[in-house]
Amino acid sequence: MAVIIYAESDNNTYKKSSLEAITYGKDLANKLGTSTIAISMGTVGPQNLGTYGADVHIHCTDNSLSSFNPQTFANTISTLANNNSGDVFVISQTYNGKSIAPLLAVKQDAALVTGIVDIAETEGAFTVKKTAFSSKAIAHVELTANKKVLSIIPNSYKIEENGTEVSTTEQQVGSASANTTIVSTHKETGKIPLTEAELVVSAGRGLKGAENWHMVEDLANALGAATACSKPVSDMEWRPHSEHVGQTGITIKPNLYIAAGISGAIQHLAGVGSSKVICVINTDPEAPFFKAADYGIVGDAFEVLPRLLKRVKEVKGI
Amino acid sequence: MKILVCVSVVPDTTTKITFTDNDTVFNRSGVQFIMNPYDELSLTRALELTETTGGSVTVITIGEADTDPIIRKALAMGATDAIRVDASPKDGMYVAAQIAEQAKEYDLVFTGRESIDYNGGQVQGLVAEMLQWPLINVATQIDLENNEVVASRDIDGGREVVKSSLPCVISAQKDLCEPRIPNMRGIMMARSKPLNVVAATDKYDYTKVSKYELPPAKSGVKMIDAENAEQLIDILHNEEKLF
Ligand SMILES: Cc1cc2nc3c(=O)[nH]c(=O)nc-3n(C[C@H](O)[C@H](O)[C@H](O)COP(=O)(O)OP(=O)(O)OC[C@H]3O[C@@H](n4cnc5c(N)ncnc54)[C@H](O)[C@@H]3O)c2cc1C
Ligand SMILES: Nc1ncnc2c1ncn2[C@@H]1O[C@H](COP(=O)(O)O)[C@@H](O)[C@H]1O
Repeated sequence: MAVIIYAESDNNTYKKSSLEAITYGKDLANKLGTSTIAISMGTVGPQNLGTYGADVHIHCTDNSLSSFNPQTFANTISTLANNNSGDVFVISQTYNGKSIAPLLAVKQDAALVTGIVDIAETEGAFTVKKTAFSSKAIAHVELTANKKVLSIIPNSYKIEENGTEVSTTEQQVGSASANTTIVSTHKETGKIPLTEAELVVSAGRGLKGAENWHMVEDLANALGAATACSKPVSDMEWRPHSEHVGQTGITIKPNLYIAAGISGAIQHLAGVGSSKVICVINTDPEAPFFKAADYGIVGDAFEVLPRLLKRVKEVKGI
Repeated sequence: MKILVCVSVVPDTTTKITFTDNDTVFNRSGVQFIMNPYDELSLTRALELTETTGGSVTVITIGEADTDPIIRKALAMGATDAIRVDASPKDGMYVAAQIAEQAKEYDLVFTGRESIDYNGGQVQGLVAEMLQWPLINVATQIDLENNEVVASRDIDGGREVVKSSLPCVISAQKDLCEPRIPNMRGIMMARSKPLNVVAATDKYDYTKVSKYELPPAKSGVKMIDAENAEQLIDILHNEEKLF
C-alpha cells in the first residue's frame, strides 16, 4: 500500500498545486496508515518534495518524458505504482492532470473521482467531496474499488511545509514513445496564469470597451493578481478567451476575486462562486452579484478602480 | 471518415439545483434539460468536417428514453444517425465503457471537455485508454490533414498544437466553432433518421454518490461607501491578509 502523487513541474519549478497535492497525499497516507511516493518527470523544481510530505521521491529521466503526452505520463506513473505497490493516486487537476487521471484509472482498474475539494473520509466508506453542477453543489462520492485515482482542484488544500527532506531517486522506466506529436507551444509569458492565481481582478461589460482595461490591469499588476473577464467581454474580443471565467469558461477558486462591472449571472457565478473572498463593484445596487459577495461597493468602476489602485500602491509602498 | 459524437443531456445552465430523498437524488422536477454545451460544439465541428471531407456523424448518448428529444435535436443539426445506450449513467467509468463498446468501428470519437452536471472531464480519457487510442483533450481547433488530426489545445497558461494519427479521441473546448442551430428542414428530416436503442453492458460499479449538499452560503455582504472605496483595500490587507 502507498499513496502515489504526481509532482508536476513547469518552467523548472514545481507547480504550487502539486505541492498542495503532496500535502493532501501525506494527510491521506497518515489516515490510511501508509506512506507517500512523489513522482516527477521531465524537469524538476528546486523545492525538496520531502518538505511538503513526500516520504520517497522518484524522478523519471526517460527521454520520452521531456514533453507532455497523457499516455506516456500515465504509463510511467502506472508502472512505478506497480513496482512500489501504490494503490491510491493523488493528481492535481491542472490541464495535464485532467488528461492523465482517467488514463491512469483505466490502467490501474481504479475508481476515479475528479473535482475534489477536500480531504477524503476514510473511516467506514472511502468518501470524497467533489464539485458538481458547475460548482452549484457538492457531491459526496464513495469509491468502492480497491484502487483509487483522486484529482484535486487547485487551491483547495493548504500546503504544509513541516516534512523532512528526502533524496531523489532517478529512474528510467522505459515508457513507450508518445502517440501524439506536439507541433508548437505558445505560452503567455510574464503573466500569472489564471488557473494558478491566488488573487484575481475581473471585469465585465460595465467597463464599456477594451480601451478601458488598463484600469483592471493596473490594479491586477499592483496586487500581483491575474486578470479575468465575463463571457460577453471575451465574445466581443475585448479580452482574450483564456480570461473568460464561468460555466462555459474557466472555473477558478482564488483567495480573492474582485469583480467590476459584472452583473453576476448564474453562469458567471458557476465559475467563480467558490472564491474565498469576493468583492463586487457595480453601479446597480440590485446587481445579483452582491448576493454572492463578501464586500460590495455601489459605484462607478471608472472612479472606484483608480482609487483602489492608489490605495494598493500606498499600502504596498510601490 | 466516420465520427462518433458523445452527447450528454444536462440541466439548463440557469437551473436552480435542489435535491430529494434526503439529499441523495438530484431533483429533476421542473428542470429543463439541454444538450451539454461542449457537446453542441463537438457535434457542430464533426458535421463541418464531414461536410468537407465526406463521411458520417453518429451521435451516442447513454441515457433513458427521456433523452430522446435531445438526440432528435442532434439529428436535426445534421447527424446521420444515433445510438442510445438504454441506461441511467452511473459515473464516468460506466459511461465510457458503454461508449468504448460502440466506438471500435469509428475513425474519431468526439466528446465535450466536460459535462456541466457531473463536471467529470473523465469520459474522453477513459474511452481513449479503454480503446488504446490517443487522446487530444480540451481542443479549441480541430482540422484533418492527410488522414491525421491537427488540433490546438489549451494548456496551463497557453495553447499547443498537437498532431495525431487516426483513430483518436478528441474533447471540445469553447472557441472550437459556433454551435449550429437546427433549421426547419433538419427538424423534419430528423424524424425519419435512425435512432438505435441498444442495451447496456454492465461493467464497472466503482463510485456512488452518497449525498449532495449546497455550497456554504456567504454570510452576507458588507457594503462599503464608494466615497471610502480605499477602505476595501485596507480590509483586504489588514483583516483578510490577502496580500
Ligand atoms: C449557456 C450559457 C453559458 C454562459 N456562460 C457564461 C460564462 O461562462 N461566463 C460568463 O461570465 N457568462 C456566461 N454566460 C452569460 C451570462 O448569462 C451573462 O450574460 C454574462 O455573465 C453577463 O456579463 P456581464 O456581467 O459582463 O454583462 P452585463 O450583464 O451587461 O452586466 C454589466 C454590469 O455592469 C454594471 N455596470 C455598468 N456600468 C458600470 C460602471 N461604470 N461601473 C460599475 N458597474 C457598471 C451594470 O450594472 C451591470 O450589472 C452564459 C450564458 C449562457 C446562456
Ligand atoms: N451519458 C453520456 N452519454 C454520452 N456521452 C456522455 C455522457 N456523459 C458524458 N459524456 C461525454 O463525455 C464528455 C465528458 O463528460 P464528463 O466526464 O461527465 O464530464 C461529455 O462532454 C460528453 O461528450
